[in-house]
Amino acid sequence: MRQYANVITAYTIMIILIILVGVFQSWNVALSILNFCLISAVMTMGANIQWGYAGLINFGIMGYTALGGLAAVLISVAPVQEAWAVGGLDMIICAGIIVVMVLSIRYVLKKIEKSKKRNYIIAAIIIFGLMLLRVIAGPATEHIEAVDPAKTGFLGGLGMPILFSWIVGAFFAGGLAYIVGKVALGLRADYLAIATLLISEIVIAVIKHEDWLSRGVKNVIGLKRPVPYEVDLQNSSWFIDLVEKLHSGKLKLINSLAERQDVLNQLVIESSSVYVKLCLAGLFFIVVIILLIITQKALYSPWGRMMRAIRDNDEAANAMGKNVVKEHLLIFILGSAVVGIAGAMMVTHDGLFTPGSYRPMRYTFLIWVMVIVGGSGNNFGAILGGFVVWFLWVEAAPIALFLINFFTSHLPETNALKIHLINSAPYFRFLTMGIGLLLIMRYRPKGILPEKIIKQ
Amino acid sequence: MDFINAIILLLNYIIVPALSYGSQLALGAIFVTLIYGILRFANFATGDMMAFGTMFAVLLTWYFQSLGINLGVLPTALLTIPFAVIMMILYMLIIDKLVFRYYRIKKSPPVQLAMVSIGVLFVTQAIVRIIIGPFDRRFFDGEKFILKAVEFKEMTGLNEGLTVKTTQVITIVITVIVVSLLFWFLNKTKTGKSMRAYSDNEDLALLSGIDPNKVVMITWMIAGVLATIGGVLYGLDKSFKPFVYFNNMLPIFAAAIVGGIGNPFGAFLGGYVIAFAEIFITYAYKKFFMYLLPESLEPDSLMQLLSTDYKFAVSFSILVIVLLFRPTGIFKGKVL
Repeated sequence: MRQYANVITAYTIMIILIILVGVFQSWNVALSILNFCLISAVMTMGANIQWGYAGLINFGIMGYTALGGLAAVLISVAPVQEAWAVGGLDMIICAGIIVVMVLSIRYVLKKIEKSKKRNYIIAAIIIFGLMLLRVIAGPATEHIEAVDPAKTGFLGGLGMPILFSWIVGAFFAGGLAYIVGKVALGLRADYLAIATLLISEIVIAVIKHEDWLSRGVKNVIGLKRPVPYEVDLQNSSWFIDLVEKLHSGKLKLINSLAERQDVLNQLVIESSSVYVKLCLAGLFFIVVIILLIITQKALYSPWGRMMRAIRDNDEAANAMGKNVVKEHLLIFILGSAVVGIAGAMMVTHDGLFTPGSYRPMRYTFLIWVMVIVGGSGNNFGAILGGFVVWFLWVEAAPIALFLINFFTSHLPETNALKIHLINSAPYFRFLTMGIGLLLIMRYRPKGILPEKIIKQ
Repeated sequence: MDFINAIILLLNYIIVPALSYGSQLALGAIFVTLIYGILRFANFATGDMMAFGTMFAVLLTWYFQSLGINLGVLPTALLTIPFAVIMMILYMLIIDKLVFRYYRIKKSPPVQLAMVSIGVLFVTQAIVRIIIGPFDRRFFDGEKFILKAVEFKEMTGLNEGLTVKTTQVITIVITVIVVSLLFWFLNKTKTGKSMRAYSDNEDLALLSGIDPNKVVMITWMIAGVLATIGGVLYGLDKSFKPFVYFNNMLPIFAAAIVGGIGNPFGAFLGGYVIAFAEIFITYAYKKFFMYLLPESLEPDSLMQLLSTDYKFAVSFSILVIVLLFRPTGIFKGKVL
């Protein structure tokens, strides 16, 4: 138990902070911070699997998150029948062409040895394939996008429950990670970082501009939810009774019947959104716990020890007969798949998919700050990093605003500097993150909860 | 006549814009490559450092404009570059002293330095946004065009017009001057040679009595010049927006790696490779072929290889291809 003392302390402080937000701001804010903390924790665990276990640097987290989100859309949205009728078949043919292209390239790679000739043949296959794709897909996408563009204009999804997409998101992200890993894993660490960053930008560009697939920047809104809707709750009698019971003490103090009804209505509206967020938090919490158990088991298994050996000295590990390339690829896929789950969770939480909002600052670099701050190589540390950094990211602006007001309280309201500072309060969150990261890297380079190696 | 029209079309829509965009990328790419070659890390704060320098140019331009100082037909911003450069160099040296120096002396692995540069990225971005805000700022003044399409048509009697913006010419001229000065400095002066020696083999350079602190300081100073000038030229040509500058980091990285990282000349050419590729591949050639081909063969479609939405994606794909087939870059840089 003693070895977990600082873990417990750190988490207790974190929970108290969130409860404080609930008491002082509102429970709604506190719960949405908690939900995003949980989602960030899942992302951080994914990045930690790659960086902490294996020392692989993946700056493409944004791309995998977006793919997870795309999975949520493709699984949960009902199929658009008209769009399938005008262009569905062509799109399936295109998918078939891509499969044929990949297979034939693989065949060429296997059968012909490395030479200029082989490169030319592969180039020819790709160019011919792309031309064919354009001829078939061009008109099809136009037709699909023309189907009621204000509402649909895309193929839609499968119409299945959105929870299912959490698993599919993992497979999407894992699939992309397989391709990226095959291409880029041989590179030296900082080149891997740049290459993954650029590849994730390509993924975002595709999701943003292929309207037939994801509606692009037109966004997909009103996704199905795994939890009840606020409106339904507000109209169901059991929920109103529950709220009445919980707040009975407060309600008894009010004498007039009409007034009491008003207060009750207000309470019901507030509690309904709290209830929904609590349900989501429960779901996210289950995911975090399951992942934590799996990753913890993996970390202290023979496989985990092997990964650490590869991380610390890949040549020695190679000499011991471990297949470094294969293990790197495997762990790259696993970590990315976890990030994919988080992407799907986030879209589920928001109920909308906005490809335009995927930006590297928020979805790649912030997650890396979480990993470094929390403690790489330690799952508890990674989760804590997700919590701490997200909490600061959200609360930095209000705190900055408070401090600005405090320090400029002697200045008049019309002072130009004061107005300027108050307007730029949101950007202090970048400053907080940057200084926090720099301080942690300087004075506690292993993070808040450093990696612990249990000797057996 | 049709043939000349087609050439003018290409000149107007591809070659002139690509040359100026390429010059802006080239300056940034040399900045990245110098930091990589001498300080040995990938600087993720590149784009935001450029924004930081440009911010001072913008603020000073406004100040000069309020004083009534200007350069006539040339943009006032050119006058502010020296001051902005000084501020940029000061900022870089402070950051180096507070942040990077510690890891350099400790001989940390490059990955750790790259992570640290992400911290610097956050801080720089915050400073820029707090001081000037995240909005689009235009600070161009003076004569906008050197050659207008209408004038060109009147002069030559052709159907196609050629537009040359002042900023495009300024960009290309200044880039040529700066880059030639830089190469003269690196190849002919003693300090430049010691920098190259340090980049090539640190231990050997230290043995032969080269002062590492001086080399590092000079590197940051050159980096400051390149970052500010590159940023100001980009801002004059398009506009100044911090987020766009952050995003520009990506094609700049692509240019540096395509050219062979650690190799300034490679980075210079890499900038143009990326710019030309982006514009060549996303340009719609319909009109071009309409001039060249007989009427019966005229194309119906836009004749565009990729839609302009994928402009950035093009440069990244080039990078991936280069990394796959020639990981040292086109002009042999360091082996990755």
